[in-house]
Amino acid sequence: MDVATFLVQCLNALQYGLLLFLVASGLTLIFGVMGVINLAHGSFYMVGAYMAYALAPAFAQVPGIGFVAMLAAGVGLALMLGWALEWAFVSFLYDRDHLQQVLMTYGLILVFEELRSLVAGNDVHGVAIPGWLAGSVRLGSLMDYPVYRLFISGVCVLVALGLYAVIARTRLGMMVRAGAANREMVTALGIDVKRLFRAMFAAGVALAVLAGMLAAPVSSVYPGMGNQVLIICFVVVVIGGIGSIRGAFAAALLVGAVDTFGKVFFPQAAGVLVYVLMALVLLWRPEGLFRAA
Amino acid sequence: MRAPGARAIVLAAAVVALALVPFAGGKFAVDFVTKMMVSSIFALSLELLVGQVGLACFGQAAFFGVGAYACVLLTPKDAAASVWWLGPASVGAAALYAAVMGSLSIRTRGVYFIMVTLAFSQVAYYVAHDTPMAGGSDGIYLGFVPSAAIAGLALVDLSKARPYYYVVLAALVLAFGFLAVLLRSRFGRALAGIRANEQRMRAAGFSTYPYKLAAFVISGALAGLAGFLFAVKDGVVNPELMGWHVSGTVLMMIILGGIGSLHGAVVGAFAFSLLEELFKSEALFGGFATHWHLGVGLAIILCVALLPRGLTGGWTREGKSLGSADERR
Repeated sequence: MDVATFLVQCLNALQYGLLLFLVASGLTLIFGVMGVINLAHGSFYMVGAYMAYALAPAFAQVPGIGFVAMLAAGVGLALMLGWALEWAFVSFLYDRDHLQQVLMTYGLILVFEELRSLVAGNDVHGVAIPGWLAGSVRLGSLMDYPVYRLFISGVCVLVALGLYAVIARTRLGMMVRAGAANREMVTALGIDVKRLFRAMFAAGVALAVLAGMLAAPVSSVYPGMGNQVLIICFVVVVIGGIGSIRGAFAAALLVGAVDTFGKVFFPQAAGVLVYVLMALVLLWRPEGLFRAA
Repeated sequence: MRAPGARAIVLAAAVVALALVPFAGGKFAVDFVTKMMVSSIFALSLELLVGQVGLACFGQAAFFGVGAYACVLLTPKDAAASVWWLGPASVGAAALYAAVMGSLSIRTRGVYFIMVTLAFSQVAYYVAHDTPMAGGSDGIYLGFVPSAAIAGLALVDLSKARPYYYVVLAALVLAFGFLAVLLRSRFGRALAGIRANEQRMRAAGFSTYPYKLAAFVISGALAGLAGFLFAVKDGVVNPELMGWHVSGTVLMMIILGGIGSLHGAVVGAFAFSLLEELFKSEALFGGFATHWHLGVGLAIILCVALLPRGLTGGWTREGKSLGSADERR
């Protein structure tokens, strides 16, 4: 493996890891703050990808800024969707056993997957990369790297920075951190937990939908794509330590690297490596790399 | 089911009703109820861990799959194996995998435990999926149905649907009885103590680790038995048997039935399979039957909203948690 190939693989690992972070950050927030195990999180990623498939042709009419406008529109829709879903299906589950939440969100997976089948069918679809992102850049003397993948990484980094700013600097972020550390105490301090939870859930859905929209042109859009991402994201959340955004970030990059380089060096064992990594991390640190913030 | 006598009568009636199915129903009914009884054994194995010890295992499919794969891989290429050693060998293989997986995963707790057990089952999945030994993603066929003979005399023909139905029914009754006795023993009381308050059990002088590990191995062996029975019936195994969907489905079965009781696991397994079959029925839903997942999903959501304790837990609006407060974080 020469330097250029290695560099390309590094960029791939980074892009995959950042995308995982986008999905996993919502999952870890919902779990850490609200205490809800949300199995349907992968479905929101899928919803995002299909949203991109549905919206892309319309927004492609707008030259230049169309794709970014589509992302913004998708995030807006996702916030509303998350707000409504929390109200309808999750809001009465907080006092119940974890397994009840698991059952409820499992039911939601089945519903989302079938609605997808009813609305969009079972075929694999592609989403076109917008013109201004379609090219590739030169790396070294021989290798090209697609601009769109760099764009994904860039958007993910921006979102990560934004999340950091909100969580570390704002009053809302303070409530989130407090909620992850001690939920009962936050309730006792007179903070409107209902609204905080609803906002958290909506934000989590929006992050997953954004990740799905970003990934759609690269991974294409296909049935069952959400479930695949869900399991990997749970691995990320657990390695990072539940409720920790920092942990999710580090773990997502780690998983991205292990998965990408595993496929290059050990194609036979590529599927197992991520799980072996998780088992090793948990045997070393039973509560993940970073405890909740 | 309040009085112990009433419970015994209901259970006996259920067994009699199951024993009568082959007389009343046709080939489809026999096949379908066989499948549900195999699922029931599988669900019972998980109920031991989740309901009785409080260990939410999300990798139960691995044991099921190891049992099924062992049955197929250990059968010789050219002749039928005797069920008297093939059965115990398959169950033993699953128990062995459970011993390895349990000894490591029991060190973690809560959600971390859920994830480590998932990781171990995914490892089994990928080994079956990516190695030539186990036939890859297509799976492998069982060449010969095992023979059940004593001293050269054929006892039952396991390849025939009706005799096999009774073999599975016997296995289900034995598994249920075994667990019922086990839970009433000193060992079972210790498990209940661990579920309620592990710290206090430790303080009382119990080393809880061996108890949890033993429960894990027994659970793995039972799931392996279910896998073995499945492989003999279906005659083919593939990696999907060990996928996380299977672990999820069996967990759904026991939650649906009501966690905390053995009969809840059986009721859940039957109810879940019946729900699936109901929504798959073309007679009722016509062309919409291909979207049966939608019906099952909505039914599950309704169950959670209206029956927080599962089907056997009664109709209550107040969802009281079964676990102790500290389990819920």
